[in-house]
Amino acid sequence: MKTPTRTLGIVSTVAGLALLAGCASGDPLESGASGEQETIVVGSQDYYSNEIIAEIYAQALESAGYEVQRDFRIGQREAYLPEIEAGRIDLFPEYTGPLLLVWEPDTAGGTAEEIYDALVEAAPDGLRVLDQSDASDQDSYVVTRDFAEQYGVTTIADLASVPVPITLGGNSEGENRPIGPAGLKSTYGVDVAFTPIEDGGGPLTVKALLDNQVQLAVIYTASPSMASADLVALEDPDGFMLASHVVPIASDKLDDTAAALIDKISAAMSAADLVALNTESVETQAPAATIATAWLASHADDLQ
Amino acid sequence: MNLVGETLLWLADPLHWTGPDGIPTRLAQHVGLTVVVIAIASAIALPIGAWMGHTRRGEVTIATLVNGSRALPTLGLVTLFALWLGIGVRAPIIALVILAVPSIVAATYSGISSASRPAVEAARALGHTSWQTLSRIEAPLAMPTIGGGLQSALLQVVATATIAAYVADVGLGRYIFAGLKSRDYPEMLAGSVLVILLALVVTAAAAGVGRLYRRLTNPERTPE
Repeated sequence: MKTPTRTLGIVSTVAGLALLAGCASGDPLESGASGEQETIVVGSQDYYSNEIIAEIYAQALESAGYEVQRDFRIGQREAYLPEIEAGRIDLFPEYTGPLLLVWEPDTAGGTAEEIYDALVEAAPDGLRVLDQSDASDQDSYVVTRDFAEQYGVTTIADLASVPVPITLGGNSEGENRPIGPAGLKSTYGVDVAFTPIEDGGGPLTVKALLDNQVQLAVIYTASPSMASADLVALEDPDGFMLASHVVPIASDKLDDTAAALIDKISAAMSAADLVALNTESVETQAPAATIATAWLASHADDLQ
Repeated sequence: MNLVGETLLWLADPLHWTGPDGIPTRLAQHVGLTVVVIAIASAIALPIGAWMGHTRRGEVTIATLVNGSRALPTLGLVTLFALWLGIGVRAPIIALVILAVPSIVAATYSGISSASRPAVEAARALGHTSWQTLSRIEAPLAMPTIGGGLQSALLQVVATATIAAYVADVGLGRYIFAGLKSRDYPEMLAGSVLVILLALVVTAAAAGVGRLYRRLTNPERTPE
């Protein structure tokens, strides 16, 4: 009676071990790649508009006949960049300035074109920086409309003449970045205190601004907060904030036809598109795939 | 150099031991926040637990409260309260009080309700009022259990008070958030190490207080 059970037990144990061994030796991010055409792995940050852009890439490649594997919402740059550099992800929507800061921490900044050129220069071997898009999602200094009108503030430099103490709110990494309080002081002669609000320019940051708990905050230009609340982004005449245009990073697995297709998407996507994509994602809570399909349908002519 | 070495160097750097962002300041803020939270949580939880234990009511309520609270994401509570109260230290305080209250209520309830029945009945027979029974018989007998509950609440709060840094310029969590976001892992790890050390010290101190209490109260008890 016992023997069959025991045999079954041994068989299932062995099978389990074999499965485990398979998991351990095979790279979970490496696709089967048995056919002549390799699967293209598209990745995205855990950030809604980034995922939508990655989904747009993925759907466009699929309709052009490529095999695509989606590895979305991997997290922040610390988590996924090593995977890209190791060649386990083939296509990833990135942002010019922030990515350059990782590869060239001492970068001085400059215009969007200078940043892009420096990025192409800095890219490690085996990675290609495709064309940058007009669409950008960058940090901006934001004040309330009331504050801007009361003190006549339109540019970052105008903050120096504001008679009341200013507290800057933003993610804690901003405190020591070149765009933080120290940079404000050295570039524009503006003194600010700092308080951390770790939601990346989200609702907590907006509330803190509107409640006058902070007077100045760092919010992404493409954030839906900017469209809905009484907020004003300050002008940045000296190019103090790093330009942050959407830029696809690709591995060698992406052939020229595919790269050309992605370049067309970048060319077709405008800054206003990105805000619209973000707003739609936040307001309708629609999945990235739905929003991506709609965008591709409305830009079909540009992608021929 | 490896991460451990860099973390030790970070901790040893005298620059990190001074000023408003220095370790002593952050440590003091962290401890201060913990003390405030435990004080508020005790003021809420001890009377509720004692009343429930004394009247032996609400066992189901307590089970629901304790189990339910384990599933509450404290960071979510911080965000929720901060959206209502704004940034600053108030939202984390409320979230941490909510974290601490259930274990104190549960320990107080279980300590008071399991106080020796003969002792309680003897007190009643001697004409003690309900309040006198609670304060003179049940509470002293329940002290070790209540102390245990306070200790576990204290440990939870010390370890979780790092999230205050999500919306306020307060506590050891500042190093963890700042280090994580700026890829300064030695700073992040140093923050974590400091929290762990603080938790160990606090646990040891609480255990010491417990021993002291037992030593002071034992001679008055009759040997078992």
